[in-house]
Amino acid sequence: MTSTTVSAPGAVKAPERRPRPSAGARRLRRFLVKLPLNIVVALILVITIYPLFWLVISSFKTNDEFINGDAFALPSTINWQNYVEAWTTGNMGQYLTNSALAVFPALALIIVFGTAAGFALEVMVWKGRNAVLLAFLVGIMVPGQMILLPLFTVYFQTGLSGTLWPLIITYTAIGLPLTVFMMATFFRAIPREVFEASTLDGASIIRSFFVIGFPMVRNGIFTIALVQFFFIWNDLLIALTFTNSSDLRTIQVGLLNFTGEFGATQYGPLFAAICINVFGTLVLYLVLNQRVMKGLTAGAVKG
Amino acid sequence: MKHVLGDKRAIAILLGPALLVYTLVMLVPVIWSLGYTVFEGNAITGFTFVGFDNFVRAAGDPKVWDAVLFTIKYAVVVTVGQVFMGYLMSLLYVFVLKRSSGIIRTLVFFPVVLPTVAVALLFQKMFEVAPTTGIVNTVINAFGGDSVDWFGSGANAFLIIAIMDIWRSIGFYGVLLYAGIVEIPEDTLESARLDGATGWSLVLHIVIPLSLPVLLSAIIFSVNGTLKVFDSIIALTNGGPGNSTSPLTLYMFQTSFSYGEYGYGSTIALLLTIICLIVTVFIFRSSRRDLTKA
Repeated sequence: MTSTTVSAPGAVKAPERRPRPSAGARRLRRFLVKLPLNIVVALILVITIYPLFWLVISSFKTNDEFINGDAFALPSTINWQNYVEAWTTGNMGQYLTNSALAVFPALALIIVFGTAAGFALEVMVWKGRNAVLLAFLVGIMVPGQMILLPLFTVYFQTGLSGTLWPLIITYTAIGLPLTVFMMATFFRAIPREVFEASTLDGASIIRSFFVIGFPMVRNGIFTIALVQFFFIWNDLLIALTFTNSSDLRTIQVGLLNFTGEFGATQYGPLFAAICINVFGTLVLYLVLNQRVMKGLTAGAVKG
Repeated sequence: MKHVLGDKRAIAILLGPALLVYTLVMLVPVIWSLGYTVFEGNAITGFTFVGFDNFVRAAGDPKVWDAVLFTIKYAVVVTVGQVFMGYLMSLLYVFVLKRSSGIIRTLVFFPVVLPTVAVALLFQKMFEVAPTTGIVNTVINAFGGDSVDWFGSGANAFLIIAIMDIWRSIGFYGVLLYAGIVEIPEDTLESARLDGATGWSLVLHIVIPLSLPVLLSAIIFSVNGTLKVFDSIIALTNGGPGNSTSPLTLYMFQTSFSYGEYGYGSTIALLLTIICLIVTVFIFRSSRRDLTKA
């Protein structure tokens, strides 16, 4: 990989210095010059994509094909039975519902609270707002392990364990630091005069936040919602700690326990369960890839 | 006009909910967790005060030191791997593929969005040795080699964890660093080329120094993430074989929830937090100094 990176720019210039070869030779030459590069790119794509292709084809195989067949072989038929088993016997349907019930309320709370706080910290003028913003920033650094035990105690004593509330509450709190910080950045781009002008007509500042501020940053809100969705949907630590019964498992916890409950030799249903797990984020990425890439990397730089 | 944007009641309404949730669920538990370090017990049996026993115990616990060593080893190997491979990818995007890099960037990025548990189980099956032969061992067999039991020894298991976590994030660091390199002005590169800098010398003397800020944030982000590694390991090896791939996060989780020792668990969590803090500050400081020198 390294040598191609180096040689390619020089190689393009090279023909100018030599006597002009014929068109055919030139095309061959260009093909040969580009060949190592193409091989490198093809190799990168195979390494990235093939495991997922393998995952999908494996989810259609029968158990007999797993035990006796070659790992690279394609399934003889498209066999949906694995999916049926993973969904019903493997409870993936239930886990998916639990995940949705925990993630989307948390996401809504993160967006509403985070956007309002970002507005209050960036557009509003008051003493101490930088200190509060800094306090939120600290939260990005803190490892989840640092808050698990006290929260577990509180949820246990208040009787919230046994419901999905511990997940919703904890996700909301963990999502807030990055959201508040990024929303503050988005509001920074809007001149304060916009909000001042709207209040001249007698609208309260809270009203102008909802009517003017919220719509103006909706692009940013959408990006943050996407980023937070991936973080929360893919979370394992919080979900594993606060789901004490199997009815409450999120899709990640359910998948983690899948082999244990289903038997280690049930390959087909396991691959189908992984596919079900991957499907949601994959579709979201296929539709919105540019925004997801921008959002996730922006979150990293800010954090 | 100042009074409208300084309206105390409005500030309280807008900021209140977020600040309340954040304080109660993040800040208070952090302090509370600090308090746990001088106690022993758990939510069900109750707590007894033990002073600094937990710290003394942690200092003499070989499992803690193994976990610290593993955490650091993992963080160093995976951070170097992620950022280095990501940097190579971003160089490929910017200087070789140029405008046609869009589709490759999009394709290479997409393991990033997959749930860790799913990826870990997939890798478990890819590297499996028995009862079925995974694709990796099938390839090894095709070249005449014997199947390797990838999860049978700590060293091999570590290798798979590292490969998996680097595989998952090359696309991410590729795009992150791409954004930094693409911002280098074309004039600067052109004048460097006119001065005879090509290939590696161009990268070494122009591109790397000019993309240092984004490279630095990539390293900090990576270190911070890898020190807290949990999902990949619990799903791929669950710390095994034995405790050979058990980082601090996993050891903390096990002491707290398998053995119900909240005090000791909190002590380990504190140790992890301190390590994260020290490393971040250290990287930040050392890079600052270098920047002012150059």
